[in-house]
Amino acid sequence: MSTDQPQPTATTAGARAHARAQEQAARDGGFPNRPTVPAAAADLPGEAVWAERVAPGGYAHRVLAAGTAIQLTDLDGDACASLLLYHADMPWERLNVADTVKVQWQVYTTAGQLLLSDQARVLATVIGDTSGRHDTLYGTSAQARNEQRYGDGSPEGSSPAGRELFVLGASKHGLGRRDVPPSISFFQGVRIDAGGRPEWLGSAGPGATVTLRTELPVIVLVANAAHPLDPRTAYTSSPLRITAWRDRVTAPADNLWHATPEGRRAFENTADHRTGRTAR
Amino acid sequence: MTEIHRETLRPRAPWSRVLTHGQVLTIVDLDGNQAVDFLAYDAHDTSQAYSAQATLQAQDTIFLTTGSVLRDNEYDPLLTVVADEVGRHDTLGGACSKESNTLRYGHHTHSQHACVENFMHELSRYGMGKRDHVPNVNWFMNVPVDPDGALGIVDGISAPGLSLSLRAEKDVLVVVSNCPQINNPCNGFDPSRVELVVTHG
Repeated sequence: MSTDQPQPTATTAGARAHARAQEQAARDGGFPNRPTVPAAAADLPGEAVWAERVAPGGYAHRVLAAGTAIQLTDLDGDACASLLLYHADMPWERLNVADTVKVQWQVYTTAGQLLLSDQARVLATVIGDTSGRHDTLYGTSAQARNEQRYGDGSPEGSSPAGRELFVLGASKHGLGRRDVPPSISFFQGVRIDAGGRPEWLGSAGPGATVTLRTELPVIVLVANAAHPLDPRTAYTSSPLRITAWRDRVTAPADNLWHATPEGRRAFENTADHRTGRTAR
Repeated sequence: MTEIHRETLRPRAPWSRVLTHGQVLTIVDLDGNQAVDFLAYDAHDTSQAYSAQATLQAQDTIFLTTGSVLRDNEYDPLLTVVADEVGRHDTLGGACSKESNTLRYGHHTHSQHACVENFMHELSRYGMGKRDHVPNVNWFMNVPVDPDGALGIVDGISAPGLSLSLRAEKDVLVVVSNCPQINNPCNGFDPSRVELVVTHG
């Protein structure tokens, strides 16, 4: 570095001024993935509690109260929102994808499906879906697999593995690698043929949304990493929008409560738990 | 081939063992159509647990049979299916639990013993617990996926005396639940014995 002219960050005062000038520069453009804090968005049907864009190859995490609506939007058509949910009061209770598909006799997620915990309770419900292309079977990528496919799977690299992103998100909530189980992925579809073989459908295109409703207080982890069956040779990922707003939990008066006997019992178990946790 | 261990596991019971690299575990469906719920971990780092999703990523079918490699959540091979007399085995259905039974069959089943109880009991012997429990393999269990995405546990395709063999690709902790389920056809509604044989060489 030349010493002919003092650098603007050569002094603490200069470094402070330089650092403080960066926020306005970001507001003027160039950082579209910065979160909106506190949450705000013009197009929400209720009070905003989360507004964030997850960068390609990025992750997000949040604690949300029961009765919160979360909308995921595949802005440009190459997002893959891999999701994990944990019961915030006791994170050893978490999304169980095997129970989710087995109990509901259905592997293809769409509106009306319940995301079940290993304790037979509803962590969240899928209340809206304009994509129809999701995957409960293949989960997210591991670092070793992305190294094989793209040459790198590290979270700091150009083709981050979803599992590594989940581990980073989990760690912010005191959770470790053994707390990261199989996940569900939105916006990149897979279908199984009669012989049991997968067909990767890819996305439904830009603008598709999935809307969830939390039924318990939850820790939400989202990894936006290329789907592990994406056949394209280049790691392909595009931004994911997340918004959330205050809603309400599903109630016995709702059609969804009674849609199936398995679901009704899951809602009953969930209400039973909430009752036990609520002081009078 | 040296036989190291052989035992008959009674219906409904758990079992576990550390297989050292190269050892082969053979599971024999002695009486037919007995689901054997199965978990595996890297014996030296049990945060590396069997992953159905990583396993499926590396093969071209949702079913397991000869040649299939069971992988852990870091994509490392744990075990390879080196022999299979049945043809295919389930990766999707996971284990029965007292909790999931309440959803599938009704709250009246809550008092019944279940595979997750077996897994928890066995994992506790190794200082492991609920965090370590993940969806498992189901040997001898038949879970088709229909074109509309419907899946279900249906009548089995195994028969008395059929077996499969797994070779450990490193030192692996294997945990078995000889499934106690009586509300679906996975055990022919009558849980029965399996034989476990460990060999080497």
